[in-house]
Amino acid sequence: MTTNVLLRAEDLACERDERLLFSGLSFAVGRGEAWRVEGPNGAGKTTLLRLLAGLNRLYEGRVCCAGRVAWVGHRAGLKGVLTARENLAWYVGLQGRADVDPDAALSRLGLRGFEDQPCEQLSAGQQKRVALARLLLDPAPIWVLDEPFAALDVQGVALLEQICVAHLQHGGALIFSTHQESAGIPLSGNIAIQGTGTICE
Amino acid sequence: MNENGTGGSLLRAMYAQFRRDLLMAYRHPQDVLNPIAFLVMVITLFPLAVTPEASRLAEIAPGVVWVAALLATLLSLDSLFRSDAEDGALELFLLSPHSLFFLCLARAGSHWVTVALPLAICAPLLGYLLSLSPHAMWVMFLALLVGTPLLSLVGAIGAALLAGVQRGGVLLFLLILPLFVPVLVFGAGAVMAAQQALPYVGHLALLGSMLALALALAPFAISASLRVALS
Repeated sequence: MTTNVLLRAEDLACERDERLLFSGLSFAVGRGEAWRVEGPNGAGKTTLLRLLAGLNRLYEGRVCCAGRVAWVGHRAGLKGVLTARENLAWYVGLQGRADVDPDAALSRLGLRGFEDQPCEQLSAGQQKRVALARLLLDPAPIWVLDEPFAALDVQGVALLEQICVAHLQHGGALIFSTHQESAGIPLSGNIAIQGTGTICE
Repeated sequence: MNENGTGGSLLRAMYAQFRRDLLMAYRHPQDVLNPIAFLVMVITLFPLAVTPEASRLAEIAPGVVWVAALLATLLSLDSLFRSDAEDGALELFLLSPHSLFFLCLARAGSHWVTVALPLAICAPLLGYLLSLSPHAMWVMFLALLVGTPLLSLVGAIGAALLAGVQRGGVLLFLLILPLFVPVLVFGAGAVMAAQQALPYVGHLALLGSMLALALALAPFAISASLRVALS
């Protein structure tokens, strides 16, 4: 069992502006498992996800990852003056890889024909799709997604669900936050952040 | 995943960052042209404000040109990491599997190439307006060539610390200016020594040793500052 755990959190606690967001939070996300983080606005969902991705270091407890983390946050991380292809080429390059084709990922996300469009001219939903295309270009086994369904249309939501399910079937792990009922992704666990009382199921 | 950490893939990551910054400077040339415009304005106003007399202008020229070039660099540093922090690109930069040390080096290098190097080329030429002699202009160019990468590297530390701060402009000046003082002193000192036909290599050597130190240490400080700024 332990060899199948990709991400383990032990006794996490985090405080923001003298307010305790969560404490004593422990869970383990295994291969092929999807976990959802839920809670009201401002409860600390983004803080928890950033912490798991290794972006936030102001916390107590331990996070162990058996592999790299791919992160898609609220902010798309796209440069407006660069085209969709150039933005993805930068990301792929940062991983030190040259063997992947950004165009294939873009057309998988329904952006065929928009490869050479500067990102500032794309709609919010299209920008989100470009950001999500990074997941297809990154071999990281652990995906941490903050509100991945925000700004997506119905087809986009269905597409992302397909991509996530395929990732899980390939033995990846997924941790995401959403306010939507994501029926398309089979959940293995739920982390509910409600004030100080945090429930893991 | 297997080739992560190998030299070729690290170079590819550095190249990707460098290429992106150059591409952005090309698409958004104001970032390159504004510091040069600032430099031109300051240097052309000095003869009008102080004196048109060539001998007195030549006396203050090394200091004026260096101060103008230094402030122009400082102005450009403010946005070095802030825009990346605002649109989320900095998060992806930090999550790269490669050593942040070398990626920060690439970022500082691209800042030098796009902003500081054009300044180092323009500033000595503008010194002509202040009656700088050709020999002094040449030394000025050499001093700026060694001094400006130092400004980029050290300035990037402050820019990284303030990446998450919305209006960090004045704070950046306060943080960075004291660190720029030695560069200014030895940079302007080299040109003044050349004007008086004194040996100037010592000043350049000191700048060079500071640059070697900054190349080895500043990327550590930049990457640590970025992690703090994003937490």
